[in-house]
This record gives sequence, C-alpha cells and structure tokens, in this order.
Amino acid sequence: MTARPLDRGTLVFLGLVAAAAIVVPALNLALPESSPLHVPTYLVSLFGKYVCFALLALSIDLIWGYCGILSLGHGAFFALGGYAMGMYLMRQIGGRGVYGNPLLPDFMVFLNWKELPLAWWGFSSFPYAMLMVLAVPGLLALVFGWFAFRSRVTGVYFSIITQAMTFALMLAFFRNDFGFGGNNGLTDFKDILGFNVQADGTRAALFAISCVALMLGYLVCRVLVASKFGMVLIAVRDAEARARFLGYRVESYKLATFVISACMAGVAGALYVPQVGIINPGEFSPANSIEAVIWVAVGGRGTLAGAVVGALLVNYAKTSFTSGPLAPYWLFLLGGLFVGVTLWLPRGIVGTVQHWRARRREVAPDASGPAEGAPDGAAQKPLAAE
Amino acid sequence: MHEALRHTALRRGAGRLAGRMLAAAVGTALSLAAALPAQAQETIKVGILHSLSGTMAISETTLKDVMLMLIEEQNAKGGLLGKKLEAVVVDPASNWPLFAEKARELITKDKVSAVFGCWTSVSRKSVLPVFKELNSILFYPVQYEGEESERNVFYTGAAPNQQAIPAVDYLMKEEKVQRWVLEGTDYVYPRTTNKILEAYLKSKGVKPEDISINYTPFGHSDWQTRVAEIKRFGSAGKKTAVVSTINGDANVPFYKELGNQGVKATDIPVVAFSVGEEELAGVDTKPLLGHLAAWNYFQSIDTPANKAFIDKWKAFTKNPKRVSNDPMEAHVVGFAMWVKAVEKAGTTDPDKVIDALPGTTAPNLTGGTSEMLANHHITKPVFIGEIKEDGQFDVVWKTEGLVPGEAWSKYLDGSKDLTADWVKLKCGNYNTKTQKCGG
Amino acid sequence: MHLISFLAASNRCRCKTDGRAAPGSLPRSRGRGGEGAAARPILAIACLLLFSLLAGPSIARADAFDDALTKFLADSYADTEAGVTALGAGGDARAFAVVKALQDGRLLADPAGRRVLIDDGGVPKDAATGAVVSPAPAAADLKRVRLNNRLRRAVEAALGALTLRAPDPARRLDAAQAVFKSRDASALAAVEAALAQETDPAVKAALAEARAAILITSPDAPEAARIEAVGTLRERGDQAALALLSGLPAGTPATVQGAADSAASAIRNRLQVWEAVQNAWYGVSLGSVLLLAAIGLAITFGVMGVINMAHGEMVMLGAYTTFVVQEAIRQKAISLSIPGTEIGMSLPLPAALTLDWSLAVAVPLAFVVTGLVGILIERSVIRFLYGRPLETLLATWGISLILQQAVRTGFGPTNKEVSNPSWMSGAFEIGQLAITWNRLWIVCFSLTVFVLLLAMLRFTRLGLEMRAVTQNRGMAACVGIRTARIDALTFGLGSGIAGIAGVALSQIDNVSPNLGQSYIIDSFMVVVFGGVGNLWGTLVGAFTLGVANKFLEPFAGAVLGKIAILVLIILFIQRRPRGLFALKGRAIEA
Repeated sequence: MTARPLDRGTLVFLGLVAAAAIVVPALNLALPESSPLHVPTYLVSLFGKYVCFALLALSIDLIWGYCGILSLGHGAFFALGGYAMGMYLMRQIGGRGVYGNPLLPDFMVFLNWKELPLAWWGFSSFPYAMLMVLAVPGLLALVFGWFAFRSRVTGVYFSIITQAMTFALMLAFFRNDFGFGGNNGLTDFKDILGFNVQADGTRAALFAISCVALMLGYLVCRVLVASKFGMVLIAVRDAEARARFLGYRVESYKLATFVISACMAGVAGALYVPQVGIINPGEFSPANSIEAVIWVAVGGRGTLAGAVVGALLVNYAKTSFTSGPLAPYWLFLLGGLFVGVTLWLPRGIVGTVQHWRARRREVAPDASGPAEGAPDGAAQKPLAAE
Repeated sequence: MHEALRHTALRRGAGRLAGRMLAAAVGTALSLAAALPAQAQETIKVGILHSLSGTMAISETTLKDVMLMLIEEQNAKGGLLGKKLEAVVVDPASNWPLFAEKARELITKDKVSAVFGCWTSVSRKSVLPVFKELNSILFYPVQYEGEESERNVFYTGAAPNQQAIPAVDYLMKEEKVQRWVLEGTDYVYPRTTNKILEAYLKSKGVKPEDISINYTPFGHSDWQTRVAEIKRFGSAGKKTAVVSTINGDANVPFYKELGNQGVKATDIPVVAFSVGEEELAGVDTKPLLGHLAAWNYFQSIDTPANKAFIDKWKAFTKNPKRVSNDPMEAHVVGFAMWVKAVEKAGTTDPDKVIDALPGTTAPNLTGGTSEMLANHHITKPVFIGEIKEDGQFDVVWKTEGLVPGEAWSKYLDGSKDLTADWVKLKCGNYNTKTQKCGG
Repeated sequence: MHLISFLAASNRCRCKTDGRAAPGSLPRSRGRGGEGAAARPILAIACLLLFSLLAGPSIARADAFDDALTKFLADSYADTEAGVTALGAGGDARAFAVVKALQDGRLLADPAGRRVLIDDGGVPKDAATGAVVSPAPAAADLKRVRLNNRLRRAVEAALGALTLRAPDPARRLDAAQAVFKSRDASALAAVEAALAQETDPAVKAALAEARAAILITSPDAPEAARIEAVGTLRERGDQAALALLSGLPAGTPATVQGAADSAASAIRNRLQVWEAVQNAWYGVSLGSVLLLAAIGLAITFGVMGVINMAHGEMVMLGAYTTFVVQEAIRQKAISLSIPGTEIGMSLPLPAALTLDWSLAVAVPLAFVVTGLVGILIERSVIRFLYGRPLETLLATWGISLILQQAVRTGFGPTNKEVSNPSWMSGAFEIGQLAITWNRLWIVCFSLTVFVLLLAMLRFTRLGLEMRAVTQNRGMAACVGIRTARIDALTFGLGSGIAGIAGVALSQIDNVSPNLGQSYIIDSFMVVVFGGVGNLWGTLVGAFTLGVANKFLEPFAGAVLGKIAILVLIILFIQRRPRGLFALKGRAIEA
C-alpha cells in the first residue's frame, strides 16, 4: 500500500548530498590555495548557508506539499532555532567581549543590565541549547497549531495568521527590552564547542554537519510521506472533509506534521547562525518566509528534492545577481524568475521533470515499476477542493 | 527478495548520475574560484558595500554614487601608485547576513584593498568579524553610537560626543531648555545615545522627572499619539525640547504630524541627529522652520571646497536638485585619508595602510582639516543648523575648533574606564583601571 | 536727515500720546474707542508742531531707532535680538515694517553702506526712510539678517506688542496670542490699553488671557490680580494654561500658589477626558488609513481570491502619481521625454492649476494609472493562475519586486516630496481636541471611497456582473457574461482603488519605493479580520483595529500595542475562523 521510503531518487539524492559533504570540505582543507581545485573558505560558508536554506525549504515542502498547509511563518521557526544557537554562542564568548564582562553579553552591559535574564539561563550548556533549538520552535508550532487546526482555520486564513505570528515576533525581537539584542541581534561569535567559528576547519565541519542534517531531514520526510501517515496527509490535502468523514483525526495529523516541520526549520536556523555569524530580528520578517515558500515553488512543491533544488538555485541566483554590473537590476531578475516559474513551470523544476518522465513511461511502459515520488500527480491540484 | 540485485543496479545508475552532478558542482566551484586571478594586478580595487535595494537603499544608494564619483576623480588625477582604481559594487540588499557574505566576497574573491560601506549599526556589526578574520579595511561613514574601536575599521562618521552632546549643550545654553523628550527608534544607536544623554543631562542637574524617553518601531508612521504626548509633556511650565534619534523613514510622517499639530520650533524645538538634507527632501519644510539638526556637515555651509564639491556632485549625477549630506562628506574625507595613507605606505597592504592611517589628515568640506586619530575616529567640527524654508539648514552655532571623536563614552558605566589606541597600546578597549586590553 | 528725525519724532510722539492716554483710557467705555482713534491724528499733528519747534530732543529718539537698525548689521544673534527688543519697546511706526520684514526673511543688511534694507517684492527700500534705493546694491553685498529660534520668539513678541491695536481683528488676535506666549511684562500697559478698547469678543478674551499670563508670572503684581489671573487661565483650560499654572516662579505667595494648584488639577482632570476623546479620534483616523490601504485588497483578495502581494505597490504607484502631478504643477508644464535623449515635448498647464488642485487631478489619474497597471497584470499573469490562489501569491510577489525596483530605478531611491495642499495643512480645535485637517479629509475620503465602491457593486451593471462572476463563474458565463473581461475589470478596479489610497497616503507618509511594503501586512490583517469577501467586514475591521491600537498605544507603547493587536487577531481568528463577517455558502476558500 505505502511507497518504499528508500526509492532510487532518494538514494541518488542522499548520495549527492553525502558526496558534497565530503568533497567540498576536502577541497577546501586538503588543497593549497594556489591549486585550481581549491574551494575558498567563503564558498564553503556560502554553500553551508544554501544547505541550511535547503533544509528550511524541505520543512516547508513537508507541510505545504504534502499536507496542503501554506505557512507564511516558517521563517519564525527558523529564526527561533537560530536564536537558540546564537544565545549559546553568545554565552561562549564569556569574558572576551569588548567590556570583558564574564557573565553578560556585550549588549546587556551596553544597556546597563546587571544580571542575566531568565530566558538566557542554561544556554551556556550545549545540550540544553540544542534541546531548545528543537523545543522552542516545536512548542510554538504545537500551541499555535493546536489552536488553529482545532478551530479549523484553513487555507489563506492560516497563511495570513502565520504571517501575523512571524510579524509579531519580529516586532518583539526588535525591542531592546525583550532581551535578545534588539535590532543588532546576536553577533561577534567566537567559539562553538571550543572550536573557533572562524577557523577553516570549523567552517568545513559545519558545512558537513549541515549536509548531514539535510540528509537526515530528507530521510525523515521521505519516511513520513511514504508511510501510511503520509498517505493520510495527502488525503487531508486533497480532500480534507472526506478524510475526516473516513474517521481520521485530521487535526492531529496536521498538528504532528506542523510540529515536525517547525523543528526541522529550527535545526536549519541553528546551523545557519554560526555559518553566517549573525542572527537578527530581520530573519523574522514576513518577506523572508515568503521567499522560502518561493524556493519550494520554484523547485517543485510536493517533491522534497524539488524544495532542495529550488532553495539552492534561487539562492545561487541571488548571490550572483547581487554582485557585478547586474547588482542594481537583480530584483528584476528575481521577480521575473518568480513570475516565470509560476506561469511556465507550475509544477516547479523537479515536478516538471518527474511529470515529463511519468508521461514518457505512460507512452512506453517500462519495467521499473510504479511511478516514484508518488505524489507528483496530485501535487499540482489546487488546494482548493476542500 | 531480489533486493540485493536491484540494489547494485540502482547503485550503478545512481553512481553515474551522482558523478555527473558532482563534476558539474566542482566545475561551478572552479569557475567561481578561477575568476579570481583573471584580472591581474593592473588596478587597485575598492569595494563599495552599500544597499541598492531594500529598505536602506533610500539612504545608501547616494553613498555608492559618491564613491563612484570620488574614484572617477582620483583616476582622472592619475590613479593611485601609478595604477587605476576600480570600483567593485555589490548589493547587500539591506539584509544583514548578506552584508557579511558580500564583505567576504569582496575581500576574498575580488581582493579589494579597502571597503567603503555600511550604514546601519547592525550591518557594521555583521561585517566586523569578517574584516577582522580576513584583515581588511572598512571605512564606515555614518554617525553611530560609539562603544567600539576595531583595528580594521575606520569610523569617519560622528561619535556621540561629536553630535549629541554639543547639540544638547546648545539647547541648554541658547534656548534655556529644562525639560527633555528623548524620542528614538528602538535600535541600538538611539538606545545608546539616549543613555549617554540621560547620564549627561543628570550630571548637569536635570531632574529625572524632566526627562521622558520613548521608543517607536522602525518605519513608525502614525505619530498622532506621540506628538500629542510631546505636547502634553511640554506643558509643565518649563521650556521643553525634543531630542530626536528617529531613524530615516519614520521622520517624514513625524515631521508632517508636528507641522500639522502646530508644534512650532519657537515652542518646542526638535533637534534631530538622523535628519539631513536627504530626509528633508521628502517633506514640505515650511511648517518646520527653526527645528534643528546637529551634524558635522551641512550642504549650506559656504566654503569654496563645499561649493566645488556640490557642483561636481550635481554634474556627476546629472541632477541639479541633488542634495549632499553628512555621510557623503564622511566618505569624501575617509577616501582622501585612505589615498594619502596608501601613498605614504607605498602599498595597499592592509597592515601597512592601517598603520599609516592614524595621523593622516584630509581637508573636510567645511574649511577645516580632519585628522585620523589613534582610536580610528576622526576630528570633526560640530554644527547646529536650523531648518530653512527651502529644506536646507542655516548654521546657527558651531564648535570653536574640531572635536576629536571618542570611541568610548565616559557617561556609560560599562565604558567609562575604556580607551582605544591603535598606535601605542595596539588595543581598542584598553581598561585604564585594570591596565589590561579586554576582548 | 533732518526730515527723517522729524518724522521719527512725530511717530514717537504719537505713541507717547497713546502711552499716556492708555492708563486714562482704562475706565472708558467701549463705545468711545472710535472717538479715541479719531482724536489720534489731531494729537499727532499737535505733537508734530510741538516737536518741530523743539527739534533738538527729537534727534535722540531718532537715534534709538537708527541704533536699533545698526544692530542688524553685525550678523550676531545677540545684537539682532537687542535690535528687535529695542524696536518692539520703542514703538516707532516704522518698526512694524522692519520687524515684519525680519520675520519674513526680507530684511537685508548692507554692512558696507551701513544701512538696512527691506526687500519689498524684489525692490530694495531703505528701512529707515522707506525710500527705494537706487542704484540697487549688488546682491553679493547684501546679507539677509538671520534668525534663530530665540530670535523668532523675540520677533513674535515684538510684533505682538506692535500690533495689539492693528485695525484687522485677526492680526490683533495673533498679537494677543504672541503676548500670551512671550509674557513680556513690559507689554502689560499696552495689553491693558488694548483690552479696554477691544470690541471683538475673541480678541478680548485673548487679551484678557495675555494679561493674566503676564500677571501670574510677575512677582510684583498684586496678589488679588494674580488670583484673578488664575481664574482666567482656568477658564482657558488648555495645555498652555496648565504650563503657566504649574510653572509659577519661586516666591509666589501661598494663596496664589494654592489657587494655581487647584486650577491646574481641575484643568488636568478636564484634559484627561479630552484625552480619551482624542484617542478615539486618533483611532478613527488610523482606522481610515487602514481602510484605505485594505479596501483595494478587499476586492482583489476578498472578492477575487487573488492573494495579491503586489497590492502595496499599487498604493505606491498611486502615491508616485501624486508626486508626478505635483511636479508638473510646480513646473507649470507636462514634460514628456525619452530618458537619455533630447527627444521630448512639453505642454503648458493653465496657471490657475495650483498645488491646491493637485489632489483633484491626482485621484482620477492615479485610479486610471494603477487600474491600467492592474489590468495589465491580470491579463498577462494572473488570468493563467485562477483556481490556484497560493500560486498567485508567488507571482504577485515577483511582480511587487519588479515594480519596486522599477520605481527605484525610474524615480531614484530617495523620498519624494509631496506637499499638502493648503486646505489639508494645519489643525483646528474642538474643545481641547486638535484635529488636523489632513486626517479629517482622509477620514472623509476613505468613507466616500467605501460608499462609492459599495454603490458601484450594488447598483451598476458592472457591479452586478462582478458579483455574478465571483459567486458562480460557470453560471455567469452561461448567461452571457464575458467572464474574462469582468475578471480583468475587477482586478483593475481593486488596483485603481489601491492607487487612490496611495494619493491619500502620500499626504501623511513617505513617498518612497518602500511605501507599499509597510502597508501590505496591515491590509491583509484588516481583510482577514473583517472577513474575506465582505466589504462591510473590511470597514468594521479597519476601524476596530485602528481604535483598539490607539487605545493600547498610550499604555503599552507603539510596539507592544501593535504586537498585542496581532496576537488578538490571531486569537480572534481561532474563535471565528472566517473573520467578523463570514461569508455564508460557497465561500472564498476555493
């Protein structure tokens, strides 16, 4: 009844990510700078950032592509995870801040604070911080989702209130009184687990860890959507009322997926922060969440691999457009890309490829069994049909 | 099951595909890496790191244009060390992590000799670790909250003692102000400036109940309540003034509301630290006559250097209405200092240039000569200007000489014992009490 | 020179006469004011005769005026202030013209020629003689006498003292208010004289308040007079009165202080009530802004179901249209040119078209421009995406990026100046509530737009067809409605309304490429809160959120207030998942 979680596409994908996780750090660390094959450190961090975005896109694809819930607030979970990591990194600075205060981060000394706020307790411990990376976004998603799904807030209403949520969090984190560094956020990190965050080795390791996280995230999603649970999710997406009448607790399915997705976004955020070196309330801005949704759309919604491809592609485009002679015009290109993809590639890149391959198979039936990445046909259906 | 069989077949297929894609990925990386040495050292590259899109484009685009003009001008003079200068423009898109990424790209990929850029404090904080790690030079042209001195950064904008404190002194002396509203946008510059001002005012005998501090969010556009509150606070029988650290975009609606609610400068003057000619370009200034701003430069200052600069600027932008402002002058001074320091060092090697910069002087546009100090801040004159009907400022007061920028404020608990000296002490936060270099 | 001193003497004499007459005129009845005025020329002539005989002493007086004038040559604020004060106190008839010119920035110093000139519409006139100066001195030799805030106050006070008995009641009122502000004790006699002769009740009240303001702050005034002054100020009951009452100088007798304290607390209590009214008004005003921002979205998103992320940019385009219109009016011509070339044309505009008319031109123009842009977007992109609402989100987000950057490239990234027409500037007062004209007009405007839109949807054929298409597309098509055309027109209508909202918002906010971004989230909140697909919901939603926000702001501050509102919306949606006014039946959900 259910699809195999480890089909060929999955294996290819995992293999590619694993190869990247090994090759990029190796080319960076093992080869001298003069070598033509050397990967400069800034590219390692840049790729690391892309991988974190890919994990975020994956989490959105899980909830949007398979459960039909468009969250315009996933940036909030990402940022919360990032803040948890940032707080750990801040506490690691210790007495090496500019004011030399062993207990308080610089911005608190700056504002004449005398003691560490309650929310910061425990963040000097790495395991606690990692727990918070999962727990804070997870709890927020649990509470938010529990209210929203229970009262059957659906469709655009849900999208808009998730947007309100991330907007409210952004305003809150911008407040200096809130105790998380205000607009400047958290920055100037020194160590992670005793390793210098700026050292080439640490950067390479962080990149590799991000790749591993992406692989794990992909596996979790894959296992979920290929299981019976996943079939129910797709049923909920395509005909929520019918699924409910069949006796499924639709709310519980949605809630569980939403929480898992939020935790994944949190992990992505936590890995993102040490690689870019700053976390700031700007990450909560609704525009960021919308952009992440667009990565998924570009890659192909409901295809998992598509989310990853979309995130990598759009961010690579952004990096290259924002430098050089095109810099003043890059928003035209980016905007045009979004319009173009929705008009001419409604299934996204990976979705289109899959669709095209499935059609070819229909024409000439092949021995390779049922279509892989099962949901592609359904993915393109409007969310409309309630 | 024939699991094993399937598996090998699969692995072979997957392996082939993976190999192909890996080759492609490596190829991309290579082409990125290979772009570096393509242009040999015929030119000296200068990085320009200002947002051209997003919320900060409104302020930063102008600075990019100024830098392009300065570089073009220097090239017309024959370049630097016999080489042409080449501007490398990137767009960090008002996105703070992107600032760090672009800084890294400028330094490692484009191998720029120095970077001129950033506007907000957070963008500077975001790129700081990058400049430290890769040992490059950043010129930061905007007035800021102080409390920082880094080896790789040169602060050509005003520190709080070069803007905020003289302005408050002026109001106390000239306008006999006794009651203060410190109105700011909720971010680090207003927070710190207001902390410093609060301590300063209290040291001058102002009672705590005569100081009201309030913060509004970025881009706040509905000022009705706040302006009414300011009017209320000002009705306690003592001369009241507003010290505004409201950030860029929120100023236009703020001043519109002030004008409409009839808060005149003769009743409650507003002195602003973030409102210059650019910001006023979007406002009808007639109702704002007499409100004040404190800067180190005004377009209306009548000196030959300034006139020449403005003419060049208007010609360069092909816009006779284009205004000039304080951060632009900071870039002019900073660029001139950098050019001199490179000439003195005879190289663009960052370490040598960083050592050559302190003590370098450059004429500013207001008739004085600014000097780069050992704490990487510069000396600046301070002007208080009143808004005129045409959106320009009429200078009503200025300091006798030039004021040296102080990295650390003596009015804040955390920093009163700190000092910065990159020449003798080689330290940005030397604690005079414990005689130690922190951080 | 002789003639000048002569004239000066005669003027001085007149004032002296007035000054002497003033105490005597106190018991006079109001009706005799006219007589006094009629008597003045005769007195002046008498003086003139008298002084023509005694020309010697007149030179001293003339010197006072000339001395005051020479103070303006020094380009020092302290000297200028001394000059203004001397002119205000001296009471020379020429003083008014000089001080007025100073206030208007028309007073020119000619340090080389040791004289002060008044720029009278481009014609330089000697301030002392009033004669046209010819040949006109080179502009480079002349220096405008500069003002700062302290001087502006001195100028206002001097003008107040000089115009207390001007023939125009409006000017007398200004003068009385200026004296109220300056509380210049030396003006007391003049105020009392003017008060005795005043017939206009408003001016009389203002004069009485000015007198009270002087008395209450002067320690030498008799106690009874000061307590009476407290009463007058209590009547006035505004913040200025409160400021006076709570800032009495040290050494005030206990009786006066006590009366002042009780008056101050009475005023405070009264002001508190007004504050609640004020908050309500501010709320309504904010609500009207939200309504304007959201009402176009209520069409494109609410009625059509297009998650229109480019809505904010339509608002921005409307605001830029206003800018373009105002710019054309300033240039007195419509200039069209192809950028980068010399090819272009220029059409002159009628001179009667002033900035006051700019909005009347801008509103229809903005509607047309943004409406057309909307139709273009619908025809080129959105029509392919019907039935996929979440994908329209992506496409319109891309469009919004393009539009923003297009405006940034075309107009530059900086703010553009859009000025308020004179009828939208300033404020008026109802009790202690200051209502600014621009806010009032925006409230009226938003309600008008709302009513017109509602009427359009209900009573016109287009409205009928729009409702038909959005309710049941297939059926509408069957009865012969060209649904594609209606789709385009509906989207154009929503965009056009966003555009005219931009015209209104340009009056209170920045006109920059980021303008739309700051309203988009609020707009979505309003539409969702009110109930998608229901215009009444949008109306109620906008005003509810506006008023709630403004009542929260004084307690919680602007940021926390906004966060609280967002949380409330989130919770509210849990209770009523489809907003305030849920659409029944086949909802927008599709």
